Amino acid sequence: MKFSLSWLRAHLETTATVEEICATLNTIGLEVEGVEDPGASLASFRTARIIEAVQHPNADRLRVCQVDAGEGFERVQVVCGAPNARAGLHVIFAPPGTFIPASGITIKAGKLRGEASGGMLCSLRELGLGAESDGIAELPEGTAPGQSYPLFAKLDDPVIDIAITPNRGDALAVRGVARDLAAAGLGSLKPWLAETVEGRFDTPINWRITFPEACPWVLGRVIRGVKNGPSPEWLKRRLESVGLRPVSALVDITNFFAFDLGRPLHVFDVNRLMGDELTICRGAGETFTALDGSEHVMTPDDCVIADGRGVQSLAGIMGGAESGVSDGTTDVFVECALFDPVTIALSGRRHNLHSDARQRFERGVDQALPPAALEAATRMILDLCGGEAGSVVSAGAEPAWQRQAHLEFARLETLGGLVEEPDHAVHLLEGLGFRVRECDARHVVVDVPSWRNDIATPMLLDQQPDLPPARAQAAAEGAAAIDPEVDLIEEVLRLRGLDSVPAVSLPVGNAVPVPAFTPRQGRVASLRRQLAARGLLETVGFSFVAQDQAAEFGETPTDLHLLNPIAADLDQMRPTPLVNLLAAVKGNAARGYPDLGLFEVGPGFGPEGQKLVAAGIRSGHSPRLPGQAAQPVDLWQAKADALAGLAAMGAAMEGLGITTDAPSYYHPGRSGVIRQGPKLVLGHFGQLHPALLAARGIDVPVCAFTLYPDAVPEPRRKRRTPPVLSTFQPLKRDFAFVVTADVPAEKLLKAVRGAERNLIVAVSLFDVYEGDKIPAGHRSLGVEITLQPMDRTLTDAEIEAVCDQVVAAAQKSCNATLRG
Amino acid sequence: MSDDLETLREQTVQALAAATDQRAWDAVRVGTLGKSGSLTALLKQLGRMTPDERRTRGAALNRLRDELTRLIEARGQELEAAALNARLAAERVDVTLPCAPEAEGALHPITRTIEEMAAIFGAMGFQIAEGPDIESDWHNFSALNTPSHHPARTDQDTFYLPPEAEGQPERVLRTQTSGVQIRTMLGHEPPIRIIAPGRTYRADHDATHSPMFHQCEGLVIEKGITLGHLKGCLSDFLRAFFQMPDLPVRFRASYFPFTEPSMEIDIGWSRRTGQIGAGDDWLEVLGAGMVHPRVLANCGLDARQWQGFAFGMGIERLTMLRHGIPDLRSFYESDVRWLRHYGTSPLSPALLHEGL
Repeated sequence: MKFSLSWLRAHLETTATVEEICATLNTIGLEVEGVEDPGASLASFRTARIIEAVQHPNADRLRVCQVDAGEGFERVQVVCGAPNARAGLHVIFAPPGTFIPASGITIKAGKLRGEASGGMLCSLRELGLGAESDGIAELPEGTAPGQSYPLFAKLDDPVIDIAITPNRGDALAVRGVARDLAAAGLGSLKPWLAETVEGRFDTPINWRITFPEACPWVLGRVIRGVKNGPSPEWLKRRLESVGLRPVSALVDITNFFAFDLGRPLHVFDVNRLMGDELTICRGAGETFTALDGSEHVMTPDDCVIADGRGVQSLAGIMGGAESGVSDGTTDVFVECALFDPVTIALSGRRHNLHSDARQRFERGVDQALPPAALEAATRMILDLCGGEAGSVVSAGAEPAWQRQAHLEFARLETLGGLVEEPDHAVHLLEGLGFRVRECDARHVVVDVPSWRNDIATPMLLDQQPDLPPARAQAAAEGAAAIDPEVDLIEEVLRLRGLDSVPAVSLPVGNAVPVPAFTPRQGRVASLRRQLAARGLLETVGFSFVAQDQAAEFGETPTDLHLLNPIAADLDQMRPTPLVNLLAAVKGNAARGYPDLGLFEVGPGFGPEGQKLVAAGIRSGHSPRLPGQAAQPVDLWQAKADALAGLAAMGAAMEGLGITTDAPSYYHPGRSGVIRQGPKLVLGHFGQLHPALLAARGIDVPVCAFTLYPDAVPEPRRKRRTPPVLSTFQPLKRDFAFVVTADVPAEKLLKAVRGAERNLIVAVSLFDVYEGDKIPAGHRSLGVEITLQPMDRTLTDAEIEAVCDQVVAAAQKSCNATLRG
Repeated sequence: MSDDLETLREQTVQALAAATDQRAWDAVRVGTLGKSGSLTALLKQLGRMTPDERRTRGAALNRLRDELTRLIEARGQELEAAALNARLAAERVDVTLPCAPEAEGALHPITRTIEEMAAIFGAMGFQIAEGPDIESDWHNFSALNTPSHHPARTDQDTFYLPPEAEGQPERVLRTQTSGVQIRTMLGHEPPIRIIAPGRTYRADHDATHSPMFHQCEGLVIEKGITLGHLKGCLSDFLRAFFQMPDLPVRFRASYFPFTEPSMEIDIGWSRRTGQIGAGDDWLEVLGAGMVHPRVLANCGLDARQWQGFAFGMGIERLTMLRHGIPDLRSFYESDVRWLRHYGTSPLSPALLHEGL
């Protein structure tokens, strides 16, 4: 909310500077968003008078003026191009050194076409104050030269813009801000009392309320014989200072009270109303045209004000175009009501209508103020527009807003951390309008003022339904007991300033803390480090992606489709980060960086819910090296990444197996699924399907992998036995097995590994051969085994026996024969 | 020495000098000292001599043999050294050739910041808690004392997802990680000290807003925890995070539906230079407050028994401040140049004892 310093001073008696006021506002929770001082940048402009103006000897369009700009500038020669520069004119003078806001130029003394010019005569446009550019500004006759122009023009009134938090409806009023500042010790609140205006006649319009939940109380009165027209300067300036455009006196008066007292009012043109009754009721499908020209269909949840013809106002939000006041208005009906904040909030949201009235009603307005506010508004209308007032009519009644709150002084310290004198705490609360009902050394009970709708409010809980009833009950009672007290503690603390609470480091039970990570979180951290250590760059992608791209990587159920996406390509919860990674490959390739490795560890969403997914991608080629051409990325890198990631998470690597049923976005013959046992899938890897890449317009090779960290069984924390470090040399033997081409190498290696469990400590594949030296449909696999004798050197016969076992196992498992 | 021996010596010395490679040298060696070598032949003749002749002649021959052996050996070493030198010269390479490049990976700055937060809060006894990105309306709003009509809800542009089953309320993408706090209070008896870093979502997209971003919220529920502890804990955190023991920290009263008293927390900085801890300006970095009694009650905790504080901060925002990153959107663009520039090495994790 914006307000000018002069407006604030209408309610606050203070000697504080703008800086002090802003600092206090920040401290007490009315955050200053900005301060505008329109006069500050114009401080060196002065009022002046042209003593004499003659034609420039060398230029048709220029005049040479002698200017009196007061002390120090009694007779300055200024060359001026304005057609209206003439002797006797009162003008605005910019001495040398003045910065001209509109042009960004700093004025210098100099010569124009040979004539000296010691300053500049200005238009309002050049001061950034208006659109007028037809010559220089003409000040009123008799303006004394040498005055500061901003002072003369009353521009020396800084405007402060503060953010109002949703709880502080009372601070959407200049008076409310003044009250807070006074309570914080920055001056005193000036008294405010509305003068009662006796009705001269019976108001011919009556109120009826049929929707009392939305409107408990409404007042109104007719003022007839008014003359609507422009507001006086002081009112215009006030409204302009807070960013409002003056419309007409009647409208401006309602706006004035919305900002001055936080009290929205509405004025109907009596001659545009039908019948003698205004009804506050539920909407019933009527189409309503608001003052801003927008059309809305009223629902039964909207509170409207209707006359004999139909809806004339969306209550508390915006009046109707049909019954609004105009320059021709002579009789006016002033509405002053209380509306239910929730009804207004939901209505405003439903119709997407924003107004100063809505902003105030949905936060709650002063519940006792309507009669006084109506009197004050009546007075101002009579003063500015003339006419005579009718009697006050009303419906409903002032609601029972009275509440009490209680504060145990000790709680200021045990909850708020502030040691405070009880007397001072009470003094602060009184400054805010709380009335002491009961007070002793231990505690105080206060009445909550009618404008503080945020203190000791009715207890609204939304407890978790599965709580045990006794527990829920105790918790509800606890909240009811503490809640109003915390409200008061907050008031005392913010007025004192939170900086006055001493900071205390958290007590630590143990000097050495327990790990902050769970074992699972620790494993995921290791995974990240491992993948980055392998040369992959970590990315973070949006959890929502384009639906068609998501569909290429998994299921896209409708219940994972956003109801209100911010963009069409961010509408589906992603099944895997691979969607983002492939897009990142494309984006980087388009920027000229096709060769890269990326990974992301983040959520994937599917029919089974959300799960953590680690996905990586490699694209393009290895760098060219002397004597070595660039190599395309291949699935082996992706497989190695995946396995290294699993190892980093402590997966039981020995027990892993690969199957060939990877998801369809992979190349069907160059991809695999990593399993532990037949059921548990830990991840997959492979070359991405060429059709997918082609469809995305990606023309570099791409391989990828996916891991499911939560699927990796937690490593057993058993104590490991020490290793047996044999003193005997290990020995190696090679075999070349011929198998049919459909036998997976992994099967053969497992068979060989299992042929003899005590001596064989390692098995590796060193050769794969397919070709004309072996039968068609077969391939030869070269396998190396490592034997580690433990207690003695092996005899030839023993070695021979192990080799026989290896051959037999390979034969049995894979129908393998030794290559001849 | 007799002439023939002198001649043999001369011849051998000359032959050795003429031998410029291993083979020629070996021929000289064998031709002199070998089985049918010239010196060996002379030695063989000794047997046919008289004892006196043999003594004189033998001594001379032995001297000559020793001398020639030494000369041959020396020449051999000379040649070997020359051969080695030649080989080394031939093996010379251009050592300024670059090594084969190895791709350097890096961790994303968001990951880094979360790890630093975990390290700092971990030292104060916090654990890391996590929860789902898709939340029920109750977990995200209602439990947090933010009923559906609350003005605070209009400030948060929430993404909605269809209900899980017909007739149930719509689900939301969490606008804050507070749902994790709610789950923690429901699932664990206090004392509680957790931080909940994670993805959050708001329907806002421009230069300073991203529809997805990360927040880290924290919750402390213990007996005897006051607003003073809130201030101490968060000042300690900010000063550790920005590595400035005297970083100016300011606490300003504010409002959140789920805390009371509520506050916003600023750190000192210079608007002109962007330098943290310098200058006369203030920059908001955190929201915090004492947990609202109604939030405690919604989670079954009795506010007469338990109290504590909660806080929340934007991870990207703190990361941008810490590392001077100018643009929020760049965090999610996966531009390899940016990732290399702002990413951190996996070999230097966030460890308090090594320095963050």
